Amino acid sequence: MTALAALIRRDIRIALRVGGGALIGVLFFLTVVVLMPFAVGPDLALLSRLGPAILWLGALLASLLTLDRLFMADHEDGSLDLITMSRTPLELACAAKALAHWLAAGLPLIVATPVLGLLLNLDMIATAAVALTLLAGTPALTFTGMIGAALAVTLHRGGLLMAVLVLPLSIPVLIFGVAASQAVIVGPMTFGAPFSILCALSLVSLVIGPFAAAASLRHGLD
Amino acid sequence: MSGLNQGDMRLSGHGLRCVRGGREVFAGLDFAAGSGEAVAVVGRNGSGKTSLLRLIAGLLVPAGGTIALEGGDGELTLAEQCHYLGHRDALKPALSVAENLAFWADFLGGERFDAAESLAEVGLDHATHLPAGFLSAGQRRRLSLARLLTVRRPVWLLDEPTNALDVAGQDMFAGLMREHLAAGGMIVAATHAPLGIESRELRIGGMA
Repeated sequence: MTALAALIRRDIRIALRVGGGALIGVLFFLTVVVLMPFAVGPDLALLSRLGPAILWLGALLASLLTLDRLFMADHEDGSLDLITMSRTPLELACAAKALAHWLAAGLPLIVATPVLGLLLNLDMIATAAVALTLLAGTPALTFTGMIGAALAVTLHRGGLLMAVLVLPLSIPVLIFGVAASQAVIVGPMTFGAPFSILCALSLVSLVIGPFAAAASLRHGLD
Repeated sequence: MSGLNQGDMRLSGHGLRCVRGGREVFAGLDFAAGSGEAVAVVGRNGSGKTSLLRLIAGLLVPAGGTIALEGGDGELTLAEQCHYLGHRDALKPALSVAENLAFWADFLGGERFDAAESLAEVGLDHATHLPAGFLSAGQRRRLSLARLLTVRRPVWLLDEPTNALDVAGQDMFAGLMREHLAAGGMIVAATHAPLGIESRELRIGGMA
């Protein structure tokens, strides 16, 4: 376990230091949400109806923004070779890297949500609902996205893969996340149903993501 | 000093065939190295020296032939008993020298030796808190060597190890290699320059 803890600690340290990826996601999220009221216009009712969708879309794009570099940096400096040769299974190492990415890039988004909810004229309950669905759904985004990140190493296609492969896989997460938030705000549908599906998506991707990523990384070590 | 305690081990490959990017790099290659032996792989550019090292390290899958380590730890794969020192140094520029080394010591698994001592042995003890991005090429090489000292594994796979090292560094490295061999380890090194220690030559692909 010290090996995985060391990997998580290292990745978070690099992300938080100057030039690392942690703040870029949050700043992008901030930008999208701040610009939205200017784009939509001064219609407060419209803004609060769109609020959960805007927050979710911003969080999705922000968390995918730095994800394609997840394995690329290690591949380029030779660290990936050594990670494969360590006594830790590659699947667990991939899971640890994705967890570190979520902690450094995903968690700040959730923390920023209450502040940004104010900009979109959302009340406290709505903002809390969105934050909770983000907490349940952003792991799914990170762990499905890591498959694209691993393929980017193998196939050298980078950003194109993220768009073509990962975004479609993220759409169900987006749909259920917004549905769960809207269920709290508007109300005819129960919160439990879409929220459970959101949690299920996260749990499934927590398992499939690392295995798929490790399998594709092994092919890419050439 | 030695954490190896492996008695007589033998690393051998038979009939190895390597194909990269659709091109056959070499075929029918045999090699062997026993405990305390060093093999220097020589050949012209593109003959497959790095590919051979990566095959042994498990980073490439051979298109034919077998590689085996006899007498090693039965529960570990060959890759888990090798150190690979490649062209790229596997260092994170944002982390300090000490943090980089501590990470690999924690992550690679197996018997661990004192990181500060290893840094002193390779001559980097004055730079432990320096971010690795500020190191020169030779200093980065020395940090990679410190990794070989901090976590002990029986097989060393070295790709042009003395690249970028100054004369003092090359002597230091030759000393480290001799200690490793004396403790029963094996070295397979791809090199253009003389290794600095007694070694058997393995020529790939005709005259250089």
